[in-house]
Amino acid sequence: MKGLHTIAILGAAFLTVFIEAQPGGVRHRLGVQVDLLPALVVYAALTADLATVTLLAVFGGLWFDSLSANPFGISILPLFVAGVVIQRNQELVLRDQAYARVVLGLLASSFVPVTTFLLMSGTSAKPIVNAGTLWQWLVMTIAGGLFTPVWFWCFGRLRRLFSYPTMPEHLYRRDRVIKRPRRI
Amino acid sequence: MQKRKHLLVLGLVAVLAVVLLNLPAGAAARLKLALGSLFLPLFGLAGATGHTAGKLGDAVTPRSDLVRELETLRRENGELKVRVAEKEAIERENARLRDQLAWATQSGWKLRPARVIARDPANWWRTVFIDAGSHHGVAPDMPVLTSDGLVGRVASVGLLRSQVVLLGDPACRVAAMVKESGENGFVSPMPAHLADNRFVVLNYLTRAAAPKAGQAVVSSGVELKPGQTVLSSGQGGVFPNGLLIGQVVDTRTVGHGLYTEARVQLAVNLNAIEEVWVLLQ
Repeated sequence: MKGLHTIAILGAAFLTVFIEAQPGGVRHRLGVQVDLLPALVVYAALTADLATVTLLAVFGGLWFDSLSANPFGISILPLFVAGVVIQRNQELVLRDQAYARVVLGLLASSFVPVTTFLLMSGTSAKPIVNAGTLWQWLVMTIAGGLFTPVWFWCFGRLRRLFSYPTMPEHLYRRDRVIKRPRRI
Repeated sequence: MQKRKHLLVLGLVAVLAVVLLNLPAGAAARLKLALGSLFLPLFGLAGATGHTAGKLGDAVTPRSDLVRELETLRRENGELKVRVAEKEAIERENARLRDQLAWATQSGWKLRPARVIARDPANWWRTVFIDAGSHHGVAPDMPVLTSDGLVGRVASVGLLRSQVVLLGDPACRVAAMVKESGENGFVSPMPAHLADNRFVVLNYLTRAAAPKAGQAVVSSGVELKPGQTVLSSGQGGVFPNGLLIGQVVDTRTVGHGLYTEARVQLAVNLNAIEEVWVLLQ
């Protein structure tokens, strides 16, 4: 089940990168391409182990860079750092609460593009930075934050499809106590 | 123990990232293309789905609409036939005159149609992928255009797909000229504070003394005006001359009054390109 979970997360990352590279869609309407990988990293960091987070950061980052003009491998480190920080503190996070997921999604979705930009400034790459960049960053942050609970919902549905249904607790128990009214 | 494990993995990932970022450009490009080719089946599936949806749409189009469109196309076809005949006569005359002057003849363009299959998922680049690669004769630096004008140039080539850098990306600079004045400059992205992906800047245009305030006059004495046509100049060797880039929107003086730059609205809507032509020759 653990292996399947990891494969499902990696599959979701692959499909996410593919959908993000599709012409039209949200980009056409908002002028911004929303990145859902940071939100997926938040989900993985709160529900999976370090190996899964690492695999997601490495493969998700490489797939993203392979369809982009980004320097190859630049997206790995920001995704991984976001994932590891959340994973290390997952016991302190109210991970079952939707608002906690949204906040973590917001933080990760704002952190990843900024860090990628900072890393890129150390390379020969010259990305387009202009007045619209702030708008893009804002939309990416909000969309990433709002989409984080959706990842939890999607994987919850998927888990229910592949696991046995939980049986309701039986009424009969060996240590049951039968209370009868006292006879007068 | 847990902290050490996290630090160890962080170190390993950092080393992997540093190694990948320091790969030679050729090796990194090949790795990118290899990894990106994993998406090819999905791109094919998306293309086939779009094609089927289009066919379904065609099936429900009313007959009256089709007849009207057929009439329009017939009329357009007739007009184009006349223009082709006219162009052929001009070409024959041109060839004859070139022959008389012993000038080298210009070979015709060889175009390869391609479909846009993906866009850059990152917001800070302007690149697209097309479904034509080295197998179809595409090579790096070949110009890419649509019937509306220039789109960009081929940046990297795989066997079955290529990455195209669009106009307005820092990696796509085009030697250009204003048709009406013959003034040369080069097209580059808009400055940071004037961001709009429909526009580019034609800069390093020479500046001459203007007879009236507010006029932008280039050294040839022609005033730069909104609506003037910007074409590729053919200098630089990548783009042939005469490819439409866009129209001048406005001008301003920069570089402490040393030269003029013009804001140019691109002829092609780069956000909506679906099919392009690669200029093979």
